[in-house]
Amino acid sequence: MTERISHHIPDALMASYVAGTLPKPFALVVATHVSMCDSCRANYLAHQAAGGAVLENIAEEPLSGDLRDRVLGALDDAIDLDDPETDETPRDGIYPGPVMAALKGKAPRWKSIGGGVRQCIVDMGREGSARLLHIPAGRPVPEHSHGGLELTLVLQGGFSDTTGHFDVGDVEIANDELEHIPTADPGDDCICLAATDAPLRFSGLVPRILQPLFAI
Amino acid sequence: MLAIRDQRDKRAFAQLFDHFAPRLKGFVIRSGAAPGQAEDIVQDVMLSVWRKAHLFDPERAQVSSWIYQIARNRQIDIARKNGRPLPEALKAEETETEPDAGQVLALEQETDVLREALNRLNPDQREMIEKAYLGELSHSDIAETTGLPLGTIKSRIRLGLERLRHELKDLRQE
Ligand SMILES: [Zn+2]
Ligand SMILES: [Zn+2]
Repeated sequence: MTERISHHIPDALMASYVAGTLPKPFALVVATHVSMCDSCRANYLAHQAAGGAVLENIAEEPLSGDLRDRVLGALDDAIDLDDPETDETPRDGIYPGPVMAALKGKAPRWKSIGGGVRQCIVDMGREGSARLLHIPAGRPVPEHSHGGLELTLVLQGGFSDTTGHFDVGDVEIANDELEHIPTADPGDDCICLAATDAPLRFSGLVPRILQPLFAI
Repeated sequence: MLAIRDQRDKRAFAQLFDHFAPRLKGFVIRSGAAPGQAEDIVQDVMLSVWRKAHLFDPERAQVSSWIYQIARNRQIDIARKNGRPLPEALKAEETETEPDAGQVLALEQETDVLREALNRLNPDQREMIEKAYLGELSHSDIAETTGLPLGTIKSRIRLGLERLRHELKDLRQE
């Protein structure tokens, strides 16, 4: 699967993801892509190595006298603590673990947003939103522009717009200058994970009226 | 670290603590932890290292990289309640093969090269890189900094991953 991916996560986004400064909706896209792409997993680990180099080079701070004893004394009790990172949500079909975790382990609940396109919001907050989009084969998503950054990761099928073609695993990175009409490939319906840090603005009148209603 | 992972060796852990705990304290203070909170975070991180030792994989990460990520994740957890989405773990622990010494050594060498590259940067550049990995820069700010050369370490890790995939496939076919 991994060899077919041709659109990856750029270094700046990966460094920001590793350092924890990437807004959460984008972090979900990066975590999902890394789960699908060995090349970006290698990049992810390389950025961790860079973080490790920074940690090794940092000026040391003296510890208070009892910290060492406290930590060493707690080792026997430390084994049984809950560890959220080791009980990860397993992948389910086309949905990798991080998406299933965002869905709290349940199947997506789709809502129609017109034109046969359906969505399921998986994360919404101050930092932006992440949603699954279901676009029927051969159909377009209404033309829209972006207030900020938009990352779109293909989970099933594929789509094309003026910037290129995107297959399973590919990530499209759109910024505030791009106005586009992604159109699903014929064949399988296209399912994407899309994240934005600002609301989308649809160019057509009707979708704009619908925006508050559907929290697009 | 392998003694900690495989033999639960407390003396080896004490050595690791002596090396990393003072650096971790400096690290978490520089990335914004209140001085009163810093040692609690150091304690949490070091206990996580002990607890998660079975997940440590020397073919894919150096101890410093691994501890770095545990420390950042801990600080992000404190800063926002629902944490950070994480990628699926590689199921490396399911394989029973010994770590490949050549791969481990090569990764160690690449990491040393990276650390030296960081030391050779001019002070301004170096500060920007430190800020990026300390979590003080946004992704758009990072895009404007000139990064560390990560190319060779990337391809080294990539080779390790390919080897792992290969082994997993063999394992499934048996
Ligand atoms: Zn990739
Ligand atoms: Zn768009």
